[in-house]
Amino acid sequence: MIVPWGETRLVQGNEAVALGAVAAGIDLFAGYPITPSTEIAELLAKYLPLIDKKWIQMEDEIASISALIGARLAGSKSMTATSGPGFSLMQEGLGYACMTEVPFVLVNVMRGGPSTGLPTQVAQGDVMQARWGTHGDHPIIVLAPSNVRECFELTVRAFNLSETFRTPVILLPDEVIGHMRERIVFPNKEDVHVVPMAVPDVPVEWYEHYHESASNVSPMASFGTGYRYHVTGLTHDVHGFPTRKESEVIAKMNRLKHKITRRLDELEDVQMHDVEDSSVVIFAYGSVYRSALAAQAILKKRRKKVGVFRPVTLWPFPDRTVKENLDSKDVILVPELNQGQMIHEVERMTKDSVRVVPLQRIDGYEITPEEIVDAVMEVI
Amino acid sequence: MSATIPYEYKYLRAKKRFPHVWCSGCGIGIVMGSIVRAVDAMGWEKDDIVMVSGIGCTSRMPVYVDFNTLHTTHGRGLAFGTGVKMANPDLNVMAVMGDGDSLAIGGNHIIHAARRNIDITAIIVNNNNYGMTGGQFSPTTPPGARTSTTPYGMIEPCFDVCRLMDGAGASFVARGTVYHITELDNMIQMAFRKKGFSVVEVLAPCPTNFGRANRQGGPVEMMKLLRDNTINKSQLKAMKPEQAKDKVVRGIFVDRNSISYGDRYEALCEKAKKAAEAEK
Repeated sequence: MIVPWGETRLVQGNEAVALGAVAAGIDLFAGYPITPSTEIAELLAKYLPLIDKKWIQMEDEIASISALIGARLAGSKSMTATSGPGFSLMQEGLGYACMTEVPFVLVNVMRGGPSTGLPTQVAQGDVMQARWGTHGDHPIIVLAPSNVRECFELTVRAFNLSETFRTPVILLPDEVIGHMRERIVFPNKEDVHVVPMAVPDVPVEWYEHYHESASNVSPMASFGTGYRYHVTGLTHDVHGFPTRKESEVIAKMNRLKHKITRRLDELEDVQMHDVEDSSVVIFAYGSVYRSALAAQAILKKRRKKVGVFRPVTLWPFPDRTVKENLDSKDVILVPELNQGQMIHEVERMTKDSVRVVPLQRIDGYEITPEEIVDAVMEVI
Repeated sequence: MSATIPYEYKYLRAKKRFPHVWCSGCGIGIVMGSIVRAVDAMGWEKDDIVMVSGIGCTSRMPVYVDFNTLHTTHGRGLAFGTGVKMANPDLNVMAVMGDGDSLAIGGNHIIHAARRNIDITAIIVNNNNYGMTGGQFSPTTPPGARTSTTPYGMIEPCFDVCRLMDGAGASFVARGTVYHITELDNMIQMAFRKKGFSVVEVLAPCPTNFGRANRQGGPVEMMKLLRDNTINKSQLKAMKPEQAKDKVVRGIFVDRNSISYGDRYEALCEKAKKAAEAEK
C-alpha cells in the first residue's frame, strides 16, 4: 500500500503530489529531472514499479509530454512534473494535447525565472504562461495548491478534471508549497472520488473521436480497443481527419472553447474569508495565500478588518465571482511573487473606482505576513 | 467483368482519404505499399497496429492507412510512440518519418529510442531534403548539393543513418530503396519481426524539390539513379574498392538480439516487488 489511507503523516508537498497521483490511479509517469519538482519523479520511480505501473525518464521535457499523450491514447492515465524551463519546452506538447483533446496532468512547481533564473527559489512567474504559453487559442485548466493536503487533493482533482473535460490540467504549486512539510491526515480510500477513463459504448462504425455532444466532450477510445481512428494536431473534423472546411474549423475551435466556458461552475473553486463585510480585500493564491491569512489574523488583533479572496482554480479565472464580490470594494491588495500577472485579471474584473494595489516580491523569497500587514496599513 | 481489389486495399482508408498529397514521382507511396505488404505478411490485426509520425511529407502517411494512427508534432513521433508502447506493450508500434523529422528535430529522440531499445520499428524515408516546406537541406543532404537553403551548395557533412543507429544501439538496422522493392518488403518484415528498436532507412526520390534543384531529372531518371548508384552488401565483396567508391550500400547492417526496454521494465517491476516483499 503506497498511499497511507486514513493515516496521519508528516509529508512534503511534492510527496503529496506523487501520492495523490497514485490515489487518482496514475498508470504512467514520464518526466525529466528539474529542480524544484524532482521529488515527484523520484518518488514515483520508487512507487510505480511496485504496483505494475509505468515510469520512464525521457531524454527531455518535449519527449516526456509527448510520451504522456501517446500513453493516454493507449489507455494509460498519465502525469509529468517539471518547473519553469521544462514547462517552456512542454508548451509544444501541451498545445497538441489541447487540440487533440488528450487528458493528462502536468505539474509545474514554480521557481524564479525567466530562463534558468532562481532554480531553488520560489516565484509565481508562470501563471500567465500556464494560461497562454502554447500558441493559438486553447482551453486550459490550472489549479494552485496552498498547502500539503491540497497537493494531494488537487492532484486527484486534476486527474478527475482532465478526464471529465478531456483536456490537459496543470497543477501549479510554487516552490514553497512543493518543498514544505506539513502534518496531514490522509482520507480513507473510499472517500476519494476518482473519475475513471470514459470509454465509448457505440458500435465501432458509429464512433466519432470528437463527437459533438451536449457537454462538448465525448468518451475517447483507446488504441487497441477496436476503434481505429486518426489523431492529428492539424485542425480536424469529428473523425480526427485534417480539414480546412470553414464550418468544421469553426465548430472544432468553438467546441474547444465551450467545453470550458459553458461548464464554469464545475471548475470554479474560490475561498473567501470575511470578504463580504470588508472594504479592503487581499487577493492571493498559492503560498502567498498562507501569508494573506496570517496577515488577516494579525490585522484582526489590531482591529483592522480585511477580507481574503483566494482562487484555487486559477484558470479559467473566476470572472463572475470576482466581479460580484470585489467590484464594490475600496481597495484590493494583490500580493504576488512576480512583477504583476494575476493583478491584471483583478483589474479587468473590477471598475476603475476600485483601487487595485500591487505587492510584488521577485527576489526568490516568500512574501511574509508582515509585508502584507504593512501594505494594508499603507492603503487604509 | 468482376474487378479484383488488391489485398493492400484492406489496409488503406481507400475510399475516404485518397487521392494522397504526395507529388508524382515521390517515393513515399511506394514505402507505404511495402509497409502494408509487410503487415499482411505478419498477419497482424489492424486494431493492434499503431502508426505514429511527426511532421513532413512522410509523416502524412498515417492518414491513409486503416490502423490506429497518430500524426504528432515535428520530430516527436518516437517519443509519442514510446508512450504508446509503454502503455500497451501488446500493440505493434511503427514510426514513419522523413530524414529531417527523424534526424534533425527528432535526432535526440531517435538516438535515445535506439539506446533504450524500445520495441518500435522506425521507417525513415530519406529523400535528402525537407520536401513539404519546399526543399531545404536536411541532415542527409549530400555535401555540395543544392537546396533552397544551400543556393551555393551544402557545406555540412551528412549523417550516415545506419552507422548512427548502429552506434546508438538499435537491434536491427537496414537500408533499402524504393527501386529495390522486394528487398525493401523483406527488410521491413524483418524489422517488424525484431523485438527491440529496429530501423529501416529507405532512399527515395524527391523529383519536385531535390531532383529539380540538382538537375537529376524526373521521376524515372531519379529511380534509375537509385538503381545505378546503390549496391547490395553482398555485391561489395566481388567489387574492387574503386568500383564501390561512389556507391551507397544497401542491406542489413545490424541484426542483434538484445533485451527490449519493455522486457527490462517488466523485470524491474518483479525485482522491486520482491525487494519490497523481503523488507516486510
